[in-house]
Amino acid sequence: MNAAETPFEFVTVSYLTRIGNQSAGTLAELLKGLENCSDASIFHHTYQTLGSHHFLTEGFSNDFAQWALADANRNDLAEQLAALDIRDYISIAALRSDLCRVVGDFCAAFPHFAKQSTLERFYFCESVEVTAPLGRSAGTLDEFRDGVAHLSHAGFYFHFISSRLRLQLRTNDFSHWLSDGLGLRTLADSVNQIDIYTNTLDSSRFKLLRLLDQERRKA
Amino acid sequence: MSETLALTRIPLDDYAELLGAGEIEELRALAKPLRGRSIQMVNSTAVGGGVAEILMRLLPLAEELDLNIKWEVMNGGEDFFDVTKSFHNALHGAPYHASQRDFEIFLSYNERNRATLALDAEFVVIHDPQPAALIDARKPGSNHWVWRCHIDLSHPHRGVWDFLETFVSRYDGAMFSSPEFSRQLPIPQYLFYPAIDPLSEKNCALDPAFITQILAHYRIDPQRPILTQISRFDRLKDPVGVIRAYRIVKRYFDCQLVLAGGSASDDPEGAIVLKEVLREAGNDPDIRVIELPAWAPLEVNALQRASTIVIQKSLREGFGLTVSEALWKKKPVVASAVGGIPIQIIHKHTGLLAHSVEGTAYQIRFLLSHPEIAAKLGEHGHEHVKENFLITQKLKRYLTLFLTMAAKS
Repeated sequence: MNAAETPFEFVTVSYLTRIGNQSAGTLAELLKGLENCSDASIFHHTYQTLGSHHFLTEGFSNDFAQWALADANRNDLAEQLAALDIRDYISIAALRSDLCRVVGDFCAAFPHFAKQSTLERFYFCESVEVTAPLGRSAGTLDEFRDGVAHLSHAGFYFHFISSRLRLQLRTNDFSHWLSDGLGLRTLADSVNQIDIYTNTLDSSRFKLLRLLDQERRKA
Repeated sequence: MSETLALTRIPLDDYAELLGAGEIEELRALAKPLRGRSIQMVNSTAVGGGVAEILMRLLPLAEELDLNIKWEVMNGGEDFFDVTKSFHNALHGAPYHASQRDFEIFLSYNERNRATLALDAEFVVIHDPQPAALIDARKPGSNHWVWRCHIDLSHPHRGVWDFLETFVSRYDGAMFSSPEFSRQLPIPQYLFYPAIDPLSEKNCALDPAFITQILAHYRIDPQRPILTQISRFDRLKDPVGVIRAYRIVKRYFDCQLVLAGGSASDDPEGAIVLKEVLREAGNDPDIRVIELPAWAPLEVNALQRASTIVIQKSLREGFGLTVSEALWKKKPVVASAVGGIPIQIIHKHTGLLAHSVEGTAYQIRFLLSHPEIAAKLGEHGHEHVKENFLITQKLKRYLTLFLTMAAKS
């Protein structure tokens, strides 16, 4: 079995939620908040919420969309916000720009809704990230499979979802290593195609393990 | 004298069966850089109340991760606790005339405790307003101090908060149970949820025979739908509103209602509310109003597990951990959108929110008509609690906070 020159180091992550000083009680205020909040706040309400609500699939993809639906009662806006896919972004700036565009366009088209008070306020928060090495590494596909199977939800999220921003590539840690470390490009692409919006973290991991097992059987 | 509490050790690995070995490995990895480092938790009561209940379960877990953690309880006389109870109510928004004497009593007990408590751990966590002025014991640049506020500060009494803020703003950070409960402060504020322990008597798995026995004891029919609200008899929990919602549901479904709460014998207002509840219940044989002993975790657990739907129709709420207790048991929950409840109930995902008697009744009817949706909400609710509101997650948040603070220094 092939062994990678650089082993895959398994890491886990924990987030502390910092409460910001901004909140929104209307869609117009949400837009203002989106324009001014920190990058850590955009990350918290999009990437991180996908991790903390990893068991939900239908209709829940980020906090902004959920708030537009549940508290502003604007299904149309919620759908547009939910359609923003974090896999399409390699920077928070680009994601922020699209969030602002969607909310801004809606407010411009429906100025009467923009100023309407929502049921509950939206509170802008930030993620403070702490990572910790798990002291486990993988040099071969077998070791890699074993490591993935034993990761916590947060560890899996870190390597599979939040890594996209860190790598600044349209891929994740797992695919990156499978491709660069083991030269398994087709497998890497298949792993990268696992849909994190229509799968839970558990079902994403299950699909990943199944792909790894198929590859192991070939060897 | 203040007391330092010694607690029984709970094996961390016992949680692995429920949460997965990876989650426990993660806690150990996060705790590694903190091994042997000292932490002090300070509050004002050793027994009773949510804070003591959480600390009692949290400390042994932290010890198992080799953290040098201690729990100190500050001392206070009757006059101190009278003042702090008034402060507590005032901070929740109740009317209050704050006198200079009250502030002096507060400060004098904090000063006495400063003299007896060695607040020299690397991380000092002060719980709630009572010991907030202990911050005066801090030597500049010596250690990290954080204030954990378990109460809703969204509409505080101005005078009491202004007084308290002079102390709070000198901490390195403050933790609140909801962003809505926080204040504009010059220090970082963090979100820290209360937590339940899945292995405690209130939440552990139960023998079905025991549940049957409890139902028989309270003459509840296991064959018909059971709607339950577990709450003390308090107007803010709106037990009368629950009965009114049940009456609407009853027109369509042959169901039963269980209202169970702590004994009202030592609470004059509770006794009045209980009478109101009994009057509203009238002679309906399908309403069970149960006065539980002050500490009846197994009965609460059994009643929640036997329920078809759990209700929490509060008019105001702190965090409302009974919601998490029900969700952990995979129960569909219909609850009011107040306090910390919307954090636990993500509408249509982990339960259903309502804003009125009629709305509560409608959501209950909807779930009774669609048991498959009720089951799905219960499953998602369980996962939500597992991810966010368990004692192990709380421990993880503390580890993350300490690591963040240590990194800053």
